[in-house]
Amino acid sequence: MLALRTYRPLPLTRPARIVQRNMLVYRHSFMVIFSGFFEPLFYLFSMGFGVGALIGNVPLGNGSSVSYAVFIAPALLASSSMNGAIYETSNNFFYKLKHAKIYDAIIATPMSLTDVARGEVMWALMRGSLYAVGFIVVVAVLGLAGLGLLTSPLGLLAFPAAMVVGYAFAGAGMAATTFVRQWRDFDYMQLAIMPMFLFSGTFYPIDAYPPALQAFVQCTPLYRGVHLIRALTTGTPDATLLIDLAYLIALGSIGLAITSRRLGKLLQS
Amino acid sequence: MPETAPATAPLIHARGLRKCFGAFTAVDGVDFDVAPGEAFGFLGPNGAGKTSTMRMIGTVSPVTSGTLTVFGLDPARHGAKIRTRLGVVPQADTLDNELSVLENLLIYGRYFDLSWAESRRRAIELLEFVQLTDRANDKVEPLSGGMKRRLVIARSLINEPSLLLLDEPTTGLDPQARHLLWDRLYRLKQRGVTLCLTTHYMDEAEQLCDRLVVMDRAKIVAEGSPRQLIEKYVTKEVLELRFPRAEGEADDSAHLDGQLDGLAERIEQLPDRVLVYTADGEAAVATAFERGLRPASVLVRRSTLEDVFLRLTGRSLIE
Amino acid sequence: MTVIGLRIARPGAIASRRSLRVLEHDLLVFRRGWFSYLLSGLSQPFLYLVAMGIGLGLYVNRNGSLPGGVPYLDYIAPALLVTQAMMAGAFEAAWPIMGKITWDGTYEAALNTPLSACDLLLGDLMWIGFRATLLSVLFLLVIAVLGAAASPLVVLAVPVAVLTALAFAAPIMAFTATQSRDSGFNALFRFGITPLFLFSGTFFPIEKLPLFLQPLAWITPLYHGVAAARSLSLGQVEPVGLTVHISALAVVVVAGVAAGRITFRRRLVV
Repeated sequence: MLALRTYRPLPLTRPARIVQRNMLVYRHSFMVIFSGFFEPLFYLFSMGFGVGALIGNVPLGNGSSVSYAVFIAPALLASSSMNGAIYETSNNFFYKLKHAKIYDAIIATPMSLTDVARGEVMWALMRGSLYAVGFIVVVAVLGLAGLGLLTSPLGLLAFPAAMVVGYAFAGAGMAATTFVRQWRDFDYMQLAIMPMFLFSGTFYPIDAYPPALQAFVQCTPLYRGVHLIRALTTGTPDATLLIDLAYLIALGSIGLAITSRRLGKLLQS
Repeated sequence: MPETAPATAPLIHARGLRKCFGAFTAVDGVDFDVAPGEAFGFLGPNGAGKTSTMRMIGTVSPVTSGTLTVFGLDPARHGAKIRTRLGVVPQADTLDNELSVLENLLIYGRYFDLSWAESRRRAIELLEFVQLTDRANDKVEPLSGGMKRRLVIARSLINEPSLLLLDEPTTGLDPQARHLLWDRLYRLKQRGVTLCLTTHYMDEAEQLCDRLVVMDRAKIVAEGSPRQLIEKYVTKEVLELRFPRAEGEADDSAHLDGQLDGLAERIEQLPDRVLVYTADGEAAVATAFERGLRPASVLVRRSTLEDVFLRLTGRSLIE
Repeated sequence: MTVIGLRIARPGAIASRRSLRVLEHDLLVFRRGWFSYLLSGLSQPFLYLVAMGIGLGLYVNRNGSLPGGVPYLDYIAPALLVTQAMMAGAFEAAWPIMGKITWDGTYEAALNTPLSACDLLLGDLMWIGFRATLLSVLFLLVIAVLGAAASPLVVLAVPVAVLTALAFAAPIMAFTATQSRDSGFNALFRFGITPLFLFSGTFFPIEKLPLFLQPLAWITPLYHGVAAARSLSLGQVEPVGLTVHISALAVVVVAGVAAGRITFRRRLVV
């Protein structure tokens, strides 16, 4: 007779199984992952250079001004982290939860609901990190080519910062998805995402807003993300970056906690 | 073939019917006729060509070669006209999950050019017929498998078809749901609707079919009524014997060599039991005991279509 | 029988009134989701026009760098009207049609009735046209509220937008019928639709593109839709130019339907 031994995996071993599962799935549709890398670049070229030619320079908060491409490159990185994380944790997560029912099978194994939630967030972050690295490399290369997009060595910190933005939205997006009943409900989620994408100081400075609106926008997660990354790539960091970091990490963690609880209700009832 | 050919003009008439997908031959020159009012079955393992044949009859799959007429019409040229008089229950439910139970029927009626009012009248009647009236305004998705199947049958009847094609109508259903479906199909048959169905359930074929063909590897290997097939291919009764496993043997019946010879015209030794095909099971049991055999269990039963089926298509898995 | 058969059986007949049944089916489904659809149909144009037209416009107008000193809001409003219709047309022709062909079996069920594969193609194309019309009318309302058009001719930008939607929907439906999985759509949208949205003169004149890219913009249907709608909305119509734009779009629709008739039959009648 074999004695049952208690197997104690390291904290992230089991969530990593989810990542492995997703990698197996995507092995056959590598293109889906790869193509995502181009989206922020297309935006950078269209908005940064095309619209940039109509605009010229844009003031940064601290009195200096930069070319429009330099202004929006960090915002595009932040939005792409947001969009990637949201896509992975909304449509894809919902499909696996409600249609493919893969989690029903997974929680019949030693995997816990928290493992599932953490694993999916890990996966979303890994996917997002590929895009962030790609984007930063292109921006750096363009900089070497004399376009000067990355004006500070601090810009390399944009990579971990983009991860933090991804974490915040992956957690929040997944928590929101656990409340979704049907595909149509994602229209409402989009109703929250799109205004953030458009109005969070991504495409132009928020100075033009009335003070009350400015204060409101400053409380949105994408604004914090854009603020964080822009300060790094333009070399203008200050103490407020700590607020950004704390806000984003808290959002992601609260989202994860809610997700674990909601999954319990959905899958173990 | 000549002696079983129906007297009236056949509703479906096939000669040398073939269906190829590229190099693969799904249906390889089959002949059959289905008479009006008949319940006709295609019996066979998965991949035998049943569904391809049904799809050709349903005029949704072009005939590769050979002759096929449905209602005396050529499917290649009169597809829409044939489909007007046809009801189809496909293998997968193909219901619209975004519509309610009633709406699924309504829109299908519209596809047959019924007015909304007429479509609604028939839909309500059909929901009654398949016992789904109280679910009329519910969504389709939460319905049970049996309910969905009944709804698909109701849907296939919205145009009051004279020929109903059913592709594995009860696969995956529980016994209650199957019996309810059989009952409804039997009533349709009594009303004069011709049924043409595929199945790999022997009990279903015996319950529903007046006449059937057994298909295997794209060909028809046998034809007749369930009784005729049993008489032709197997004996009236089957005796099943199980023996205790002897020490060190792989099969329970391996040590029997020769002891059963002559007991019946056909004996089949399986790993777990021995099947003795005989006209008189009790007599065979007596003979076996006289020969000193001491089986652990003895079962005498009537032969079924399953025995015919396994005899004709073999025991190995086909997929 | 053969004689009659020869007369009534015309597999090549373009349309039958039965394709209207498919439209009815789609409308029946739409009855349940119209509220969120209208809500996003109104809010999206509003948000985009306010953010890009007014917010970003503040910085563009400062330089007056658009041709004729047109306000940025007026410049992008008709273009966004058309790109939104394009997006809707392209999307609806991809995943939902794939669903009907494969996952949901909707087409399989319909083909067991007197409907033909061509009826399905035309019916669903009409449905996409209907959705594009609805979205474009809502967009027009937003344009009117924000005063983002210089000429009342902007009303005619709606049919231009619908035609653009169909110019994307028809070829993409034809393409969808050749796909067994939906992974091809990803590349289509990432490398086709998104770049078109960004580089077809929507946000900036294509003269700002590198020289070698400009002819590429001319051959895309979106460029023609945007140029036609913009000339109407700004009240700067050139009859010849407009005719060219509209004809270009019409040619693509016709070609798309012709291709779709082939691919739909090939996919669904096997």
